[in-house]
Amino acid sequence: MKKLETIFKEKKNLLSIYFTCGYPKLEDTTEVIFALEKSGVDFIEVGLPYSDPLADGPTIQDSSQKALQNGINLDIVFDQLMTIKETNKTPLVLMGYLNQMLKYGEDKFCQKVVDCGIDTVILPDLPMVEFENHYKELFDKYGITNVFLITPHTSDERIQKIDSYSKAFIYVVASASITGAKGDISNQQIAYFERIKAMNLKSNLIVGFGISDKETFTTACKYANGAIIGSAFIKNLGKNGVDKIDDFIRPIIS
Amino acid sequence: MKSKFHPDKNGYYGQFGGAFIPELLYPNVKELEDNYIQIINSDEFQKEYKALLKDYVGRPSPLYLAKRLSEKYNAFIYLKREDLNHTGAHKVNNTIGQILVAKKLGKTKIIAETGAGQHGVATATVCALMGLECTVFMGEKDIERQAPNVARMKMLGAKVIPALSGSKTLKDATNEAIRYWIQHPETFYLIGSVVGPHPYPDMVARLQAVISEEIKWQLKEKTGKENPDTIIACVGGGSNAAGAFYHYMDDEDVELIAVEASGLGVNSGESAATSQLGEVGIIHGSKTILMQDEYGQIVEPYSISAGLDYPGVGPLHAYLFDSKRATFMNATDKEALTAAYELTKIEGIIPALESAHALAVLSKITFKKDQVVVVNLSGRGDKDLETYIKHLED
Repeated sequence: MKKLETIFKEKKNLLSIYFTCGYPKLEDTTEVIFALEKSGVDFIEVGLPYSDPLADGPTIQDSSQKALQNGINLDIVFDQLMTIKETNKTPLVLMGYLNQMLKYGEDKFCQKVVDCGIDTVILPDLPMVEFENHYKELFDKYGITNVFLITPHTSDERIQKIDSYSKAFIYVVASASITGAKGDISNQQIAYFERIKAMNLKSNLIVGFGISDKETFTTACKYANGAIIGSAFIKNLGKNGVDKIDDFIRPIIS
Repeated sequence: MKSKFHPDKNGYYGQFGGAFIPELLYPNVKELEDNYIQIINSDEFQKEYKALLKDYVGRPSPLYLAKRLSEKYNAFIYLKREDLNHTGAHKVNNTIGQILVAKKLGKTKIIAETGAGQHGVATATVCALMGLECTVFMGEKDIERQAPNVARMKMLGAKVIPALSGSKTLKDATNEAIRYWIQHPETFYLIGSVVGPHPYPDMVARLQAVISEEIKWQLKEKTGKENPDTIIACVGGGSNAAGAFYHYMDDEDVELIAVEASGLGVNSGESAATSQLGEVGIIHGSKTILMQDEYGQIVEPYSISAGLDYPGVGPLHAYLFDSKRATFMNATDKEALTAAYELTKIEGIIPALESAHALAVLSKITFKKDQVVVVNLSGRGDKDLETYIKHLED
């Protein structure tokens, strides 16, 4: 697996795709990753299905619930990821909720992540103060990087602090929203992207939440190193299946 | 005096509490955290809060010596009559307080979650009183089983949005309220229990503390002593228990009994007895004890009572349980129903199903001679009549 930082050095306008493990079918986790790699996606957010995903909209909620009904759990996810450790070259980022790590055992979780060749996690309900007090030390021990989110309401002072903690990239949440927001990128959002860009942060920036097609992807890339598409991809996957992943990705990166 | 049962600066009671929220909610929670104590302690707030509690809610709520109940269980059993409050439960103490906090912060749109509908009604009521826009999230399943409260909320001008995700009960209504809050950061989230991210558990406990503040002087008037031997309250999220315990938590000689709903039985798979079935985890922004599977997926609880049908408890209660300061007991659906029919027959009071769980443990305790017991009768049973009628023949 390539290192995430290598990808950031090599390319601009990175496309990342979020998908839910074990969806639409339990064994689809690895199939989806290979299809995304084949289509030219730059890095992949591997979503760990959770019963109560607070930051997610209906599409990802539904896919998570479906995956849990399929019988997915963290042990199966790690087993699935282990089988493709050697064959998959596209960097993976793990996205889940803090309680999943807490219950699994923090050290055991981190060890498994590292064993799968992954070094970056996104935990949207891990606040900065908890990171500073406890998780920074834990992640450092395993060489794991935590991705922080910033929003239009995050103060400059806080963004500076987040920048200092960020090693992989900062997740720029496009609007005050949960995942799956629709529509164009507004002037207000552009002003926010420009504000962030003008701060000249050391970290790479990836825009997410509300990115759904070529147009929104291209706009986001003007202000960041790339963007993440989640709900729009899941919707397509649910409707058209793993075989049609390429049809969704190609028009965005062409 | 600083109590060990008050949270530290990060909102922790021992290992429980905190504010595990997405960055999107940070400014909202921070604004509240920076201001809530100052607002609540201000003369202006206190004057308005107390005036409304007196003239609008009807406080102080009576502390009633239930003579026939006392005879039956060989103890002096006092009922703290929160059921006589305007809107029929203790919930209004909190909504009056929080609506004043919201106004002080300049908020005009209010959102809330509700289980049994009592908090939804109490929120819709204060919004009507203050002329503020009100949106209430309620699980689809709860909407079905608490129809009268849904109608009341609508009559009060609130918009009721069904939560269709998960188990379609209180937990999911709370998720939906939080998601809406993320998307509408200009709104004020008026949480109904001692749950959620810091500072909510502490703020709600302070606003419900009026219950134990009154018990103290009322009991002194009646018995010459401020402290009872035992206080009993039911716990879902735990706001009425937090209020009834609040001023007694540091008095170790006052026994605190929290009663959870064990549904069809603690180990039946259909239960909401969180302290017995739960483990440390994070729910709705707070680290606490919650019902979950081995992978941290939150388990859907069950109770006949929509107000106790919650897979977690507030972090204060997790701490009271963990530190053994409070004794946690539980009552099944059937035991709660029996207790409700009993109170109705021998005292002429129809309790809420939630409060009936607290009453149900009276028959499980051996009281010593002249033991003084206060049961927090958190709400009245009007909303549960359909359930009571349905089970009357059993």
